[in-house]
Amino acid sequence: MSDMRFTKDHEWIKIEGKIGTVGITQFAQGQLGDIVFVEVPAAGKQVKAGGEAAVVESVKAASEVYSPVSGTVKEGNAGLPDAPETVNSDPEGAGWFFKIELADPKELDQLMDKAAYEKFVAEQNH
Amino acid sequence: MPDTAAENLKSTPLNDLHVSLGAKMVPFAGYSMPVQYPMGVLKEHLHTRAQTGLFDVSHMGQAELTGNDVIAALETLVPGDLKSLAPGQIRYTLLLNEAGGIIDDLMVTRPAEAGKENTLYLVVNAACKDGDFAHIAGKLEGRAQLARFEDAALLALQGPMAAKVMAQFIPDAADMEFMTSRTAKFEGIPVRLFRSGYTGEDGYEISVPGKEAARVAKTLLAQPGVAPIGLGARDSLRLEAGLCLYGSDIDTTTTPSEAALNWVIGPRRRAEGGFPGAEKILNEIKNGPARKRVGIKALGRTPARGHTEIQDGNGKRIGEITSGGFGPSANGPVAMGYVESAFAKVGTPISLMVRGSALPAEVVSPTFVAHRYFKKKN
Repeated sequence: MSDMRFTKDHEWIKIEGKIGTVGITQFAQGQLGDIVFVEVPAAGKQVKAGGEAAVVESVKAASEVYSPVSGTVKEGNAGLPDAPETVNSDPEGAGWFFKIELADPKELDQLMDKAAYEKFVAEQNH
Repeated sequence: MPDTAAENLKSTPLNDLHVSLGAKMVPFAGYSMPVQYPMGVLKEHLHTRAQTGLFDVSHMGQAELTGNDVIAALETLVPGDLKSLAPGQIRYTLLLNEAGGIIDDLMVTRPAEAGKENTLYLVVNAACKDGDFAHIAGKLEGRAQLARFEDAALLALQGPMAAKVMAQFIPDAADMEFMTSRTAKFEGIPVRLFRSGYTGEDGYEISVPGKEAARVAKTLLAQPGVAPIGLGARDSLRLEAGLCLYGSDIDTTTTPSEAALNWVIGPRRRAEGGFPGAEKILNEIKNGPARKRVGIKALGRTPARGHTEIQDGNGKRIGEITSGGFGPSANGPVAMGYVESAFAKVGTPISLMVRGSALPAEVVSPTFVAHRYFKKKN
């Protein structure tokens, strides 16, 4: 999955042309525990790289999901609010949060590739 | 992960057991405590309501208070009717300050055993215990002596199977009434049982010598249906049951009346007074407090957490949530908080300000999941 990039806040983005699909990583879902509530952005919402784009809540706490890149939300995962546990079971697949049209593909250079992210997580776990 | 040694955290006698069970340990009230086990908060919560959970609550403060007029002496610090306690009974009550604020909530037990006629057992919150015990010992100096049980552990066995599990070791434990206490032998180990808890379920709290605590815990965990439960589920269980968390829902700035805890003040104490803040509290009972603790049900799926602002329909601030989150058994958001008394009636529509949006909600009873305490039938 060489087209996937990762943030230090444990989001992933998968690029297909000008559109990126965004979610939280396997590591992030494990840290959060049982996810009971998800809020995804509406189509048309403008977000900045590192800006708040979605919400994920476990039994104990609410967390923000930040957009890895700037752009315009094309679609929120409409099925996710009714099945938030999908984020636990398939965080890097069916548990995606939103699709975004990238304003500046060069922002992707600031993100980690899979190898760099795995190293980053290993250091976090240390 | 926080470094236990670096933060100078204390550990309970069950620390090694928690670690061996794969618990995630977190700092809480000066102790390293299990917040969850591999089962996870959601399943631990549901398991406790469906079967039975074992909790380590050894961080709480246990002590005995002794004196010739120990009951009258302690009544000068709390509004509960302790004189009416039968031997073996437990009472939930409040340590109050002179302004009628709540210093802590606690359990007071009058032991039934011979030779303990001048003794009361106290169980107080972990974060408050040093202050509580200094306060009690100081205020009652010359009338009663306080002795802390420094090395006693406290376990809680909670859930619909708790009585059946305990009866395997202490056969007549199943007949104990809710809010009663007795001593017993558990596999030869001297324990004090309390038919009480903090989940809304039937169950026991078990005071046991620290050096024997792991043996008792392992024996209980080996029984079918018993799973270890962490502080995460303990919090969501008590929240669904509408039980107050000291430091969040009640503190020195809240009075019993505001906290909807008038029921802890019996008729004799209301007539006689003689507890800290009595004048203010009795006036509030008579005329109503300015604000009141209520249950809050969001009409959507979004959980509202502690410190969420509560508004009326016109955007005016009328209060704040003090505890809130997702209730696994309620299968939706659950919360409690304080609102101006004019908005405290069940069914009153209110708004919760979450991430800049006003979410519709209504005032409800704080008891989201019905209590299932054990009562003898005749």
